[in-house]
Amino acid sequence: MKISREEVLRVAELAHLGLSPEEIETYGRQLDDILAYVDKLKALDVTNVEPMTQVLYPAAGADGAESHPELREDTLRPSDVADAVLARAPEAEKPFFRVPKVIDR
Amino acid sequence: MSGAAPWTIAGVRAALAAKKISARELAAEFYSRIDRRNAELNAYLTLSPERAYAQADRIDAAVSRGETLPPLAGVPMAIKDVISTRGVRTTCASKMLEDYIPPYDATAAERLERAGAVFLGKTNCDEFAMGGSNENSAYGPVRNPVALDRVPGGSSGGSAAAVAAGLAVAALGTDTGGSIRQPGAFCGIPGLMPTYGRVSRYGLVAFASSLDKIGPFAGNVADIAAVTAAIAGHDTYDSTSAAVPVPDYAAGLEKPVQGLRIGVPEDYFGKGLDPEVQEKIHAGIALLERLGCRRIPLRMPHTDYAIATYYIIATAEASSNLARYDGVRYGLRAPGATLTEMYRQTRDRGFGSEVKRRIMLGTYVLSAGYYDAYYLRAQRVRALIARDFSDAFEKVDAIITPTAPTTAFRLGEKTADPLQMYLADVYTVTGSLAGVPGISVPCGKTRAGLPVGLQIFGPHFSEERVLQIAHAFEAAGGFSL
Repeated sequence: MKISREEVLRVAELAHLGLSPEEIETYGRQLDDILAYVDKLKALDVTNVEPMTQVLYPAAGADGAESHPELREDTLRPSDVADAVLARAPEAEKPFFRVPKVIDR
Repeated sequence: MSGAAPWTIAGVRAALAAKKISARELAAEFYSRIDRRNAELNAYLTLSPERAYAQADRIDAAVSRGETLPPLAGVPMAIKDVISTRGVRTTCASKMLEDYIPPYDATAAERLERAGAVFLGKTNCDEFAMGGSNENSAYGPVRNPVALDRVPGGSSGGSAAAVAAGLAVAALGTDTGGSIRQPGAFCGIPGLMPTYGRVSRYGLVAFASSLDKIGPFAGNVADIAAVTAAIAGHDTYDSTSAAVPVPDYAAGLEKPVQGLRIGVPEDYFGKGLDPEVQEKIHAGIALLERLGCRRIPLRMPHTDYAIATYYIIATAEASSNLARYDGVRYGLRAPGATLTEMYRQTRDRGFGSEVKRRIMLGTYVLSAGYYDAYYLRAQRVRALIARDFSDAFEKVDAIITPTAPTTAFRLGEKTADPLQMYLADVYTVTGSLAGVPGISVPCGKTRAGLPVGLQIFGPHFSEERVLQIAHAFEAAGGFSL
Protein backbone atom coordinates (compact mmCIF):
# COMPACT_ATOMS: atom_id res chain seq x y z
CA MET A 1 0.00 0.00 0.00
CA LYS A 2 1.36 3.38 -1.01
CA ILE A 3 -1.37 5.42 0.65
CA SER A 4 -3.30 4.71 3.86
CA ARG A 5 -6.92 5.51 4.60
CA GLU A 6 -5.74 8.21 7.03
CA GLU A 7 -3.67 9.81 4.26
CA VAL A 8 -6.64 9.77 1.88
CA LEU A 9 -8.68 11.58 4.54
CA ARG A 10 -5.90 14.07 5.17
CA VAL A 11 -5.52 14.83 1.44
CA ALA A 12 -9.29 15.25 1.06
CA GLU A 13 -9.24 17.71 3.95
CA LEU A 14 -6.34 19.67 2.42
CA ALA A 15 -8.25 19.82 -0.90
CA HIS A 16 -11.54 20.81 0.79
CA LEU A 17 -13.28 17.76 -0.60
CA GLY A 18 -15.95 16.13 1.51
CA LEU A 19 -15.80 12.51 0.31
CA SER A 20 -18.33 9.77 0.94
CA PRO A 21 -17.12 6.50 2.55
CA GLU A 22 -17.36 4.79 -0.87
CA GLU A 23 -15.29 7.55 -2.49
CA ILE A 24 -12.65 7.25 0.21
CA GLU A 25 -12.37 3.53 -0.50
CA THR A 26 -12.38 3.91 -4.31
CA TYR A 27 -9.96 6.84 -4.47
CA GLY A 28 -7.67 5.14 -1.98
CA ARG A 29 -7.43 2.09 -4.21
CA GLN A 30 -7.07 4.06 -7.45
CA LEU A 31 -4.48 6.47 -6.04
CA ASP A 32 -2.57 3.45 -4.83
CA ASP A 33 -2.49 2.02 -8.38
CA ILE A 34 -1.42 5.34 -9.88
CA LEU A 35 1.28 5.99 -7.27
CA ALA A 36 2.65 2.47 -7.78
CA TYR A 37 2.83 3.20 -11.52
CA VAL A 38 4.56 6.60 -11.19
CA ASP A 39 7.19 4.99 -8.98
CA LYS A 40 8.94 4.08 -12.23
CA LEU A 41 10.42 7.60 -12.19
CA LYS A 42 12.59 6.46 -9.27
CA ALA A 43 14.56 4.30 -11.69
CA LEU A 44 16.06 7.41 -13.30
CA ASP A 45 19.12 9.19 -11.95
CA VAL A 46 18.16 12.87 -11.95
CA THR A 47 20.75 14.19 -9.49
CA ASN A 48 22.33 16.59 -11.98
CA VAL A 49 19.19 17.56 -13.87
CA GLU A 50 17.67 20.99 -13.28
CA PRO A 51 13.89 20.86 -12.81
CA MET A 52 11.96 22.26 -15.79
CA THR A 53 10.03 25.05 -14.11
CA GLN A 54 9.55 27.19 -17.21
CA VAL A 55 8.27 26.14 -20.61
CA LEU A 56 8.40 29.35 -22.58
CA TYR A 57 11.99 30.51 -21.96
CA PRO A 58 13.67 27.52 -23.57
CA ALA A 59 11.03 27.59 -26.29
CA ALA A 60 11.46 31.23 -27.24
CA GLY A 61 15.26 31.22 -27.23
CA ALA A 62 18.24 31.09 -24.91
CA ASP A 63 18.30 34.74 -23.95
CA GLY A 64 15.44 35.18 -21.51
CA ALA A 65 15.35 38.97 -21.46
CA GLU A 66 15.59 39.21 -25.23
CA SER A 67 12.82 36.71 -25.87
CA HIS A 68 10.57 37.74 -23.03
CA PRO A 69 9.58 41.38 -23.48
CA GLU A 70 6.22 40.35 -22.00
CA LEU A 71 7.53 41.48 -18.62
CA ARG A 72 5.78 44.82 -19.16
CA GLU A 73 5.76 47.91 -17.06
CA ASP A 74 3.63 47.55 -13.96
CA THR A 75 1.19 50.35 -14.70
CA LEU A 76 -2.42 50.90 -13.72
CA ARG A 77 -5.07 50.38 -16.36
CA PRO A 78 -8.78 50.99 -16.07
CA SER A 79 -10.91 47.94 -15.30
CA ASP A 80 -14.65 48.30 -15.09
CA VAL A 81 -15.90 44.79 -14.48
CA ALA A 82 -16.73 44.85 -10.76
CA ASP A 83 -20.49 45.14 -11.29
CA ALA A 84 -20.56 42.44 -13.96
CA VAL A 85 -18.54 40.13 -11.73
CA LEU A 86 -20.66 40.74 -8.63
CA ALA A 87 -23.83 40.28 -10.66
CA ARG A 88 -22.80 36.65 -11.28
CA ALA A 89 -21.71 35.87 -7.74
CA PRO A 90 -23.74 33.31 -5.75
CA GLU A 91 -24.30 35.96 -3.07
CA ALA A 92 -23.10 39.54 -3.15
CA GLU A 93 -23.66 42.84 -1.44
CA LYS A 94 -21.86 45.58 -3.34
CA PRO A 95 -18.94 45.88 -3.22
CA PHE A 96 -18.53 42.56 -1.39
CA PHE A 97 -19.03 38.84 -1.87
CA ARG A 98 -21.11 37.42 0.99
CA VAL A 99 -19.97 34.21 2.67
CA PRO A 100 -21.07 32.25 5.75
CA LYS A 101 -19.83 33.53 9.06
CA VAL A 102 -16.05 33.07 9.27
CA ILE A 103 -15.33 33.86 12.92
CA ASP A 104 -17.34 32.54 15.84
CA ARG A 105 -17.38 34.57 19.04
CA MET B 1 -24.53 14.48 -44.04
CA SER B 2 -25.59 14.88 -47.64
CA GLY B 3 -23.34 13.80 -50.48
CA ALA B 4 -22.25 17.38 -51.19
CA ALA B 5 -18.59 18.27 -50.63
CA PRO B 6 -18.02 19.61 -47.11
CA TRP B 7 -17.67 23.33 -46.57
CA THR B 8 -14.12 24.68 -46.28
CA ILE B 9 -12.94 28.14 -45.25
CA ALA B 10 -11.96 28.94 -48.83
CA GLY B 11 -15.32 27.60 -50.03
CA VAL B 12 -17.22 29.83 -47.59
CA ARG B 13 -15.27 32.89 -48.72
CA ALA B 14 -15.84 32.18 -52.39
CA ALA B 15 -19.55 31.49 -51.90
CA LEU B 16 -20.02 34.69 -49.89
CA ALA B 17 -18.05 36.82 -52.33
CA ALA B 18 -20.02 35.39 -55.28
CA LYS B 19 -23.25 35.95 -53.31
CA LYS B 20 -24.23 32.30 -53.71
CA ILE B 21 -25.18 32.23 -50.05
CA SER B 22 -25.29 34.80 -47.24
CA ALA B 23 -23.50 34.35 -43.94
CA ARG B 24 -26.91 34.29 -42.24
CA GLU B 25 -28.17 31.51 -44.54
CA LEU B 26 -24.99 29.54 -43.96
CA ALA B 27 -25.34 29.84 -40.17
CA ALA B 28 -28.99 28.76 -40.47
CA GLU B 29 -27.93 25.76 -42.55
CA PHE B 30 -25.50 24.69 -39.82
CA TYR B 31 -28.10 25.19 -37.09
CA SER B 32 -30.48 22.95 -39.00
CA ARG B 33 -27.77 20.29 -39.26
CA ILE B 34 -27.19 20.63 -35.50
CA ASP B 35 -30.94 20.25 -34.94
CA ARG B 36 -30.87 16.99 -36.85
CA ARG B 37 -27.75 15.42 -35.38
CA ASN B 38 -26.93 16.86 -31.97
CA ALA B 39 -29.42 14.84 -29.91
CA GLU B 40 -27.56 11.73 -31.02
CA LEU B 41 -23.96 13.04 -30.90
CA ASN B 42 -24.20 15.41 -27.89
CA ALA B 43 -21.39 17.48 -29.41
CA TYR B 44 -22.81 20.90 -28.49
CA LEU B 45 -23.72 21.91 -24.93
CA THR B 46 -24.90 25.45 -25.66
CA LEU B 47 -25.90 27.16 -28.91
CA SER B 48 -25.35 30.88 -29.36
CA PRO B 49 -27.64 31.88 -32.26
CA GLU B 50 -27.97 35.49 -31.12
CA ARG B 51 -24.24 36.04 -31.26
CA ALA B 52 -23.90 33.97 -34.46
CA TYR B 53 -26.59 35.83 -36.41
CA ALA B 54 -25.37 39.25 -35.23
CA GLN B 55 -21.91 38.37 -36.57
CA ALA B 56 -23.35 36.88 -39.76
CA ASP B 57 -25.27 40.11 -40.38
CA ARG B 58 -22.08 42.14 -39.97
CA ILE B 59 -20.39 39.93 -42.57
CA ASP B 60 -23.36 40.17 -44.94
CA ALA B 61 -23.29 43.96 -44.60
CA ALA B 62 -19.59 43.95 -45.49
CA VAL B 63 -20.34 41.77 -48.54
CA SER B 64 -23.07 44.12 -49.72
CA ARG B 65 -20.76 47.13 -49.31
CA GLY B 66 -18.20 45.30 -51.46
CA GLU B 67 -15.55 45.34 -48.71
CA THR B 68 -12.58 43.01 -48.58
CA LEU B 69 -13.70 40.19 -46.31
CA PRO B 70 -11.65 39.19 -43.27
CA PRO B 71 -9.89 35.80 -43.50
CA LEU B 72 -12.55 33.74 -41.67
CA ALA B 73 -15.56 35.72 -42.88
CA GLY B 74 -18.79 33.87 -42.20
CA VAL B 75 -17.07 30.60 -41.22
CA PRO B 76 -19.37 28.64 -38.85
CA MET B 77 -17.25 27.57 -35.89
CA ALA B 78 -17.59 25.73 -32.59
CA ILE B 79 -15.73 26.64 -29.41
CA LYS B 80 -14.78 24.13 -26.72
CA ASP B 81 -16.64 24.90 -23.53
CA VAL B 82 -13.51 25.59 -21.46
CA ILE B 83 -12.85 28.77 -23.52
CA SER B 84 -14.59 31.87 -22.15
CA THR B 85 -17.15 33.56 -24.39
CA ARG B 86 -18.72 36.83 -23.33
CA GLY B 87 -22.43 36.47 -22.69
CA VAL B 88 -22.44 32.79 -23.70
CA ARG B 89 -22.62 30.14 -20.97
CA THR B 90 -19.25 28.45 -20.38
CA THR B 91 -19.65 25.31 -18.27
CA CYS B 92 -16.34 23.43 -18.67
CA ALA B 93 -18.73 20.45 -18.87
CA SER B 94 -18.98 20.71 -15.07
CA LYS B 95 -21.90 21.10 -12.68
CA MET B 96 -19.68 23.62 -10.92
CA LEU B 97 -20.18 26.14 -13.76
CA GLU B 98 -23.62 25.08 -14.98
CA ASP B 99 -24.92 28.68 -15.00
CA TYR B 100 -21.65 30.54 -15.47
CA ILE B 101 -21.74 33.32 -18.08
CA PRO B 102 -18.31 34.94 -18.58
CA PRO B 103 -18.20 38.75 -18.62
CA TYR B 104 -15.34 38.68 -21.17
CA ASP B 105 -14.00 36.80 -24.21
CA ALA B 106 -10.89 34.65 -24.30
CA THR B 107 -8.30 36.30 -26.55
CA ALA B 108 -8.49 33.39 -29.02
CA ALA B 109 -12.27 33.73 -29.28
CA GLU B 110 -12.08 37.49 -29.64
CA ARG B 111 -9.45 37.20 -32.40
CA LEU B 112 -11.51 34.61 -34.28
CA GLU B 113 -14.56 36.81 -34.23
CA ARG B 114 -12.50 39.79 -35.35
CA ALA B 115 -11.31 37.58 -38.24
CA GLY B 116 -14.97 37.11 -39.24
CA ALA B 117 -15.82 33.72 -37.72
CA VAL B 118 -19.41 32.97 -36.68
CA PHE B 119 -19.71 31.17 -33.31
CA LEU B 120 -22.43 28.54 -33.50
CA GLY B 121 -22.01 27.40 -29.91
CA LYS B 122 -19.98 25.72 -27.21
CA THR B 123 -18.89 22.10 -27.45
CA ASN B 124 -18.92 19.26 -24.97
CA CYS B 125 -15.68 17.94 -23.46
CA ASP B 126 -14.36 16.07 -20.46
CA GLU B 127 -15.01 18.07 -17.29
CA PHE B 128 -12.37 20.82 -17.03
CA ALA B 129 -10.66 19.08 -19.99
CA MET B 130 -9.67 16.12 -17.81
CA GLY B 131 -10.03 12.92 -19.77
CA GLY B 132 -9.30 11.09 -22.98
CA SER B 133 -12.75 9.91 -24.02
CA ASN B 134 -15.26 12.71 -23.31
CA GLU B 135 -16.96 10.33 -20.85
CA ASN B 136 -16.14 12.63 -17.92
CA SER B 137 -18.60 15.33 -19.03
CA ALA B 138 -21.27 16.19 -16.46
CA TYR B 139 -23.64 16.49 -19.42
CA GLY B 140 -23.16 13.04 -20.89
CA PRO B 141 -20.64 11.57 -23.33
CA VAL B 142 -20.20 12.58 -26.97
CA ARG B 143 -20.56 9.85 -29.57
CA ASN B 144 -18.05 9.40 -32.36
CA PRO B 145 -19.77 10.29 -35.66
CA VAL B 146 -17.68 7.64 -37.43
CA ALA B 147 -18.97 4.85 -35.14
CA LEU B 148 -21.72 5.79 -32.70
CA ASP B 149 -20.90 3.07 -30.16
CA ARG B 150 -17.40 4.52 -29.74
CA VAL B 151 -15.89 7.51 -27.96
CA PRO B 152 -14.79 10.54 -30.00
CA GLY B 153 -11.65 10.82 -27.87
CA GLY B 154 -11.03 13.59 -25.42
CA SER B 155 -10.95 15.88 -23.90
CA SER B 156 -12.01 18.03 -26.90
CA GLY B 157 -14.44 15.34 -28.09
CA GLY B 158 -17.34 17.68 -28.85
CA SER B 159 -15.23 19.95 -31.06
CA ALA B 160 -13.79 16.99 -32.99
CA ALA B 161 -17.18 15.32 -33.41
CA ALA B 162 -18.82 18.59 -34.52
CA VAL B 163 -16.26 19.11 -37.31
CA ALA B 164 -16.21 15.43 -38.33
CA ALA B 165 -20.02 15.34 -38.55
CA GLY B 166 -20.24 18.58 -40.54
CA LEU B 167 -21.82 20.53 -37.67
CA ALA B 168 -19.07 23.18 -37.87
CA VAL B 169 -16.48 24.06 -40.51
CA ALA B 170 -13.76 24.42 -37.87
CA ALA B 171 -13.54 24.40 -34.09
CA LEU B 172 -11.31 25.41 -31.22
CA GLY B 173 -10.15 22.75 -28.82
CA THR B 174 -7.56 22.69 -26.09
CA ASP B 175 -4.68 20.28 -25.67
CA THR B 176 -2.98 19.62 -22.32
CA GLY B 177 -1.80 16.02 -22.82
CA GLY B 178 -3.30 15.14 -26.21
CA SER B 179 -6.80 16.58 -26.02
CA ILE B 180 -6.80 17.94 -29.58
CA ARG B 181 -4.61 15.40 -31.35
CA GLN B 182 -6.20 12.21 -29.97
CA PRO B 183 -9.85 13.17 -30.69
CA GLY B 184 -8.69 14.37 -34.11
CA ALA B 185 -7.22 10.92 -34.71
CA PHE B 186 -10.31 9.09 -33.37
CA CYS B 187 -12.74 11.17 -35.48
CA GLY B 188 -10.62 11.20 -38.66
CA ILE B 189 -9.83 14.95 -38.93
CA PRO B 190 -6.67 17.04 -38.50
CA GLY B 191 -6.07 18.84 -35.21
CA LEU B 192 -3.11 21.01 -34.18
CA MET B 193 -1.53 21.57 -30.78
CA PRO B 194 0.51 24.76 -31.21
CA THR B 195 3.77 25.50 -29.40
CA TYR B 196 3.39 26.53 -25.75
CA GLY B 197 3.13 30.33 -25.87
CA ARG B 198 2.04 30.51 -29.52
CA VAL B 199 -1.64 31.16 -28.71
CA SER B 200 -2.74 33.24 -25.73
CA ARG B 201 -4.36 31.33 -22.89
CA TYR B 202 -6.19 34.43 -21.62
CA GLY B 203 -9.76 33.35 -20.98
CA LEU B 204 -8.99 29.64 -21.20
CA VAL B 205 -10.25 28.11 -17.96
CA ALA B 206 -7.04 26.74 -16.45
CA PHE B 207 -6.42 23.02 -15.96
CA ALA B 208 -2.59 22.71 -16.02
CA SER B 209 -1.08 26.08 -16.82
CA SER B 210 2.36 24.87 -17.96
CA LEU B 211 0.73 22.45 -20.43
CA ASP B 212 -2.56 23.98 -21.65
CA LYS B 213 -2.72 25.12 -25.29
CA ILE B 214 -5.58 26.29 -27.50
CA GLY B 215 -5.62 24.98 -31.07
CA PRO B 216 -7.87 24.21 -34.05
CA PHE B 217 -9.72 21.31 -35.63
CA ALA B 218 -10.83 21.54 -39.27
CA GLY B 219 -11.58 19.35 -42.23
CA ASN B 220 -8.25 19.99 -43.96
CA VAL B 221 -4.77 21.34 -43.26
CA ALA B 222 -5.23 24.65 -45.10
CA ASP B 223 -8.14 25.44 -42.77
CA ILE B 224 -6.07 24.49 -39.74
CA ALA B 225 -3.44 26.97 -40.98
CA ALA B 226 -6.04 29.72 -41.46
CA VAL B 227 -7.50 29.35 -37.96
CA THR B 228 -4.04 29.13 -36.37
CA ALA B 229 -2.96 32.32 -38.14
CA ALA B 230 -6.01 34.11 -36.74
CA ILE B 231 -5.43 33.13 -33.09
CA ALA B 232 -1.61 33.06 -32.83
CA GLY B 233 0.60 35.84 -31.55
CA HIS B 234 1.55 37.79 -28.49
CA ASP B 235 -1.09 39.00 -26.04
CA THR B 236 -0.39 41.40 -23.20
CA TYR B 237 -3.06 39.59 -21.13
CA ASP B 238 -1.02 36.36 -21.06
CA SER B 239 2.56 36.78 -19.82
CA THR B 240 3.40 33.28 -21.11
CA SER B 241 2.39 34.16 -24.67
CA ALA B 242 5.49 34.63 -26.79
CA ALA B 243 6.50 37.71 -28.75
CA VAL B 244 7.64 35.50 -31.62
CA PRO B 245 6.47 36.71 -35.06
CA VAL B 246 3.63 34.73 -36.68
CA PRO B 247 4.61 33.55 -40.18
CA ASP B 248 2.19 33.43 -43.10
CA TYR B 249 1.14 29.80 -42.59
CA ALA B 250 -0.96 29.64 -45.75
CA ALA B 251 1.96 30.78 -47.91
CA GLY B 252 4.21 28.06 -46.46
CA LEU B 253 1.85 25.18 -47.19
CA GLU B 254 2.94 24.54 -50.76
CA LYS B 255 6.67 24.47 -50.08
CA PRO B 256 8.11 21.12 -51.22
CA VAL B 257 8.98 18.65 -48.48
CA GLN B 258 11.74 17.05 -50.53
CA GLY B 259 14.92 16.64 -48.52
CA LEU B 260 13.29 17.18 -45.12
CA ARG B 261 14.62 14.78 -42.50
CA ILE B 262 11.83 12.96 -40.67
CA GLY B 263 12.74 11.18 -37.46
CA VAL B 264 10.99 7.95 -36.56
CA PRO B 265 11.58 7.14 -32.87
CA GLU B 266 11.47 3.39 -32.23
CA ASP B 267 10.29 4.15 -28.69
CA TYR B 268 6.85 4.98 -30.13
CA PHE B 269 6.41 1.60 -31.81
CA GLY B 270 6.64 -0.77 -28.84
CA LYS B 271 4.30 -2.84 -26.72
CA GLY B 272 0.69 -1.65 -26.66
CA LEU B 273 0.64 -0.31 -30.21
CA ASP B 274 -2.23 -1.88 -32.16
CA PRO B 275 -0.74 -3.79 -35.14
CA GLU B 276 -3.23 -2.32 -37.60
CA VAL B 277 -2.43 1.20 -36.42
CA GLN B 278 1.28 0.43 -36.77
CA GLU B 279 0.73 -0.83 -40.32
CA LYS B 280 -1.04 2.40 -41.31
CA ILE B 281 1.64 4.61 -39.73
CA HIS B 282 4.35 2.70 -41.60
CA ALA B 283 2.39 3.25 -44.81
CA GLY B 284 2.18 6.95 -43.94
CA ILE B 285 5.92 7.18 -43.37
CA ALA B 286 6.55 5.36 -46.65
CA LEU B 287 4.35 7.93 -48.41
CA LEU B 288 6.40 10.79 -46.93
CA GLU B 289 9.56 9.03 -48.16
CA ARG B 290 8.10 8.84 -51.65
CA LEU B 291 7.57 12.62 -51.42
CA GLY B 292 11.32 12.96 -50.88
CA CYS B 293 11.55 13.08 -47.08
CA ARG B 294 14.54 11.30 -45.60
CA ARG B 295 13.67 8.82 -42.87
CA ILE B 296 16.04 8.87 -39.90
CA PRO B 297 15.75 6.27 -37.12
CA LEU B 298 15.76 7.85 -33.66
CA ARG B 299 15.89 6.95 -29.99
CA MET B 300 13.97 9.10 -27.50
CA PRO B 301 14.93 7.19 -24.38
CA HIS B 302 12.69 8.93 -21.84
CA THR B 303 9.43 8.36 -23.73
CA ASP B 304 8.44 5.55 -21.38
CA TYR B 305 8.53 7.95 -18.40
CA ALA B 306 6.23 10.55 -19.93
CA ILE B 307 2.87 9.31 -18.60
CA ALA B 308 4.10 9.16 -15.00
CA THR B 309 5.69 12.61 -15.34
CA TYR B 310 2.62 14.09 -16.97
CA TYR B 311 0.13 12.79 -14.42
CA ILE B 312 2.17 14.19 -11.54
CA ILE B 313 2.70 17.64 -13.06
CA ALA B 314 -0.77 18.02 -14.60
CA THR B 315 -2.61 16.96 -11.44
CA ALA B 316 -0.40 19.12 -9.21
CA GLU B 317 -1.21 22.16 -11.36
CA ALA B 318 -4.88 21.17 -11.49
CA SER B 319 -5.14 20.92 -7.71
CA SER B 320 -3.87 24.51 -7.45
CA ASN B 321 -5.91 25.89 -10.35
CA LEU B 322 -9.16 24.29 -9.22
CA ALA B 323 -8.81 25.66 -5.68
CA ARG B 324 -10.65 28.71 -7.03
CA TYR B 325 -13.95 26.81 -7.15
CA ASP B 326 -15.01 27.48 -3.60
CA GLY B 327 -18.54 28.85 -4.02
CA VAL B 328 -17.53 32.42 -3.19
CA ARG B 329 -17.21 34.39 -6.41
CA TYR B 330 -18.90 32.48 -9.24
CA GLY B 331 -20.41 29.15 -10.11
CA LEU B 332 -22.10 26.74 -7.77
CA ARG B 333 -22.49 27.41 -4.05
CA ALA B 334 -23.84 24.71 -1.77
CA PRO B 335 -25.10 25.81 1.62
CA GLY B 336 -22.89 25.28 4.67
CA ALA B 337 -23.04 26.58 8.23
CA THR B 338 -19.40 27.62 8.19
CA LEU B 339 -17.10 28.84 5.44
CA THR B 340 -15.15 25.56 5.41
CA GLU B 341 -18.35 23.54 5.32
CA MET B 342 -19.57 25.65 2.39
CA TYR B 343 -16.29 25.06 0.50
CA ARG B 344 -16.51 21.32 1.08
CA GLN B 345 -20.16 20.94 0.15
CA THR B 346 -19.71 23.08 -2.95
CA ARG B 347 -16.70 21.14 -4.21
CA ASP B 348 -18.25 17.81 -3.36
CA ARG B 349 -21.39 18.55 -5.36
CA GLY B 350 -19.81 20.58 -8.14
CA PHE B 351 -16.95 18.31 -9.22
CA GLY B 352 -17.29 14.95 -10.97
CA SER B 353 -15.30 11.89 -10.01
CA GLU B 354 -12.33 12.26 -12.39
CA VAL B 355 -11.81 15.88 -11.36
CA LYS B 356 -11.86 14.89 -7.69
CA ARG B 357 -9.45 12.04 -8.37
CA ARG B 358 -6.98 14.40 -10.04
CA ILE B 359 -7.33 17.03 -7.32
CA MET B 360 -6.62 14.29 -4.76
CA LEU B 361 -3.55 13.04 -6.64
CA GLY B 362 -2.27 16.57 -7.23
CA THR B 363 -2.78 17.57 -3.61
CA TYR B 364 -0.96 14.42 -2.49
CA VAL B 365 2.11 14.92 -4.71
CA LEU B 366 2.42 18.55 -3.57
CA SER B 367 1.89 17.83 0.12
CA ALA B 368 4.59 18.07 2.78
CA GLY B 369 6.83 15.02 2.72
CA TYR B 370 6.00 14.03 -0.86
CA TYR B 371 6.84 17.17 -2.84
CA ASP B 372 10.49 16.23 -3.52
CA ALA B 373 9.79 12.57 -4.21
CA TYR B 374 7.01 13.20 -6.71
CA TYR B 375 6.60 16.76 -7.97
CA LEU B 376 10.22 17.90 -7.99
CA ARG B 377 11.39 14.58 -9.45
CA ALA B 378 8.73 14.82 -12.18
CA GLN B 379 9.95 18.30 -13.09
CA ARG B 380 13.49 16.94 -13.48
CA VAL B 381 12.27 14.08 -15.67
CA ARG B 382 10.28 16.63 -17.68
CA ALA B 383 13.60 18.32 -18.47
CA LEU B 384 14.96 14.97 -19.72
CA ILE B 385 11.91 14.45 -21.95
CA ALA B 386 12.31 17.99 -23.35
CA ARG B 387 15.98 17.17 -23.96
CA ASP B 388 14.97 14.06 -25.95
CA PHE B 389 13.15 16.45 -28.29
CA SER B 390 15.89 19.08 -28.53
CA ASP B 391 18.50 16.31 -29.17
CA ALA B 392 16.26 14.81 -31.86
CA PHE B 393 15.79 18.19 -33.57
CA GLU B 394 19.58 18.48 -33.94
CA LYS B 395 19.30 15.58 -36.39
CA VAL B 396 15.82 15.85 -37.91
CA ASP B 397 13.34 18.49 -39.07
CA ALA B 398 10.25 16.70 -37.77
CA ILE B 399 9.29 13.60 -35.80
CA ILE B 400 6.64 11.16 -37.05
CA THR B 401 4.74 8.86 -34.67
CA PRO B 402 1.31 7.35 -34.21
CA THR B 403 -1.06 9.78 -32.44
CA ALA B 404 -2.60 7.09 -30.26
CA PRO B 405 -1.82 3.40 -29.67
CA THR B 406 -5.33 2.31 -30.69
CA THR B 407 -8.33 3.52 -32.64
CA ALA B 408 -11.45 4.87 -30.90
CA PHE B 409 -12.53 2.49 -28.14
CA ARG B 410 -16.09 1.65 -27.12
CA LEU B 411 -18.04 3.82 -24.70
CA GLY B 412 -17.54 2.44 -21.20
CA GLU B 413 -14.59 0.27 -22.21
CA LYS B 414 -11.99 2.05 -20.06
CA THR B 415 -14.02 3.97 -17.49
CA ALA B 416 -13.52 1.45 -14.66
CA ASP B 417 -9.73 1.78 -14.63
CA PRO B 418 -8.36 5.35 -14.63
CA LEU B 419 -4.76 4.18 -15.08
CA GLN B 420 -5.62 2.32 -18.31
CA MET B 421 -7.29 5.49 -19.58
CA TYR B 422 -4.16 7.52 -18.74
CA LEU B 423 -1.91 5.08 -20.62
CA ALA B 424 -3.80 5.85 -23.85
CA ASP B 425 -2.04 9.26 -23.85
CA VAL B 426 1.39 7.64 -24.19
CA TYR B 427 2.36 9.19 -27.56
CA THR B 428 0.89 12.65 -27.06
CA VAL B 429 2.00 13.70 -23.54
CA THR B 430 5.69 13.70 -24.54
CA GLY B 431 5.31 16.69 -26.85
CA SER B 432 2.97 18.37 -24.37
CA LEU B 433 5.66 18.22 -21.68
CA ALA B 434 8.34 19.53 -24.08
CA GLY B 435 6.09 22.39 -25.25
CA VAL B 436 6.62 21.66 -28.95
CA PRO B 437 3.90 21.81 -31.65
CA GLY B 438 2.24 18.63 -32.89
CA ILE B 439 -0.46 17.90 -35.41
CA SER B 440 -2.51 14.75 -35.89
CA VAL B 441 -3.59 14.08 -39.45
CA PRO B 442 -5.82 11.25 -40.71
CA CYS B 443 -3.79 8.28 -42.01
CA GLY B 444 -6.41 5.94 -43.38
CA LYS B 445 -8.80 3.60 -41.62
CA THR B 446 -8.55 0.12 -40.17
CA ARG B 447 -10.47 -2.79 -41.69
CA ALA B 448 -13.26 -2.03 -39.20
CA GLY B 449 -13.47 1.47 -40.71
CA LEU B 450 -11.97 3.32 -37.73
CA PRO B 451 -9.68 6.31 -38.41
CA VAL B 452 -5.96 6.24 -37.60
CA GLY B 453 -4.03 9.42 -36.79
CA LEU B 454 -0.41 10.17 -37.75
CA GLN B 455 1.35 12.66 -35.49
CA ILE B 456 3.96 15.18 -36.68
CA PHE B 457 6.06 17.02 -34.08
CA GLY B 458 8.33 19.95 -34.92
CA PRO B 459 10.70 22.17 -32.93
CA HIS B 460 9.29 25.06 -30.88
CA PHE B 461 7.50 27.64 -33.05
CA SER B 462 7.82 25.49 -36.21
CA GLU B 463 4.07 25.32 -36.90
CA GLU B 464 4.84 26.42 -40.46
CA ARG B 465 6.92 23.30 -41.13
CA VAL B 466 4.54 20.95 -39.31
CA LEU B 467 1.65 22.30 -41.40
CA GLN B 468 3.74 22.10 -44.57
CA ILE B 469 4.44 18.38 -44.03
CA ALA B 470 0.82 17.72 -43.02
CA HIS B 471 -0.41 19.51 -46.14
CA ALA B 472 1.95 17.59 -48.44
CA PHE B 473 0.80 14.36 -46.80
CA GLU B 474 -2.85 15.32 -47.35
CA ALA B 475 -2.26 16.39 -50.96
CA ALA B 476 -0.56 13.05 -51.70
CA GLY B 477 -3.60 11.14 -50.51
CA GLY B 478 -2.26 10.31 -47.04
CA PHE B 479 -5.60 10.97 -45.34
CA SER B 480 -7.18 8.00 -47.15
CA LEU B 481 -4.24 5.56 -47.14
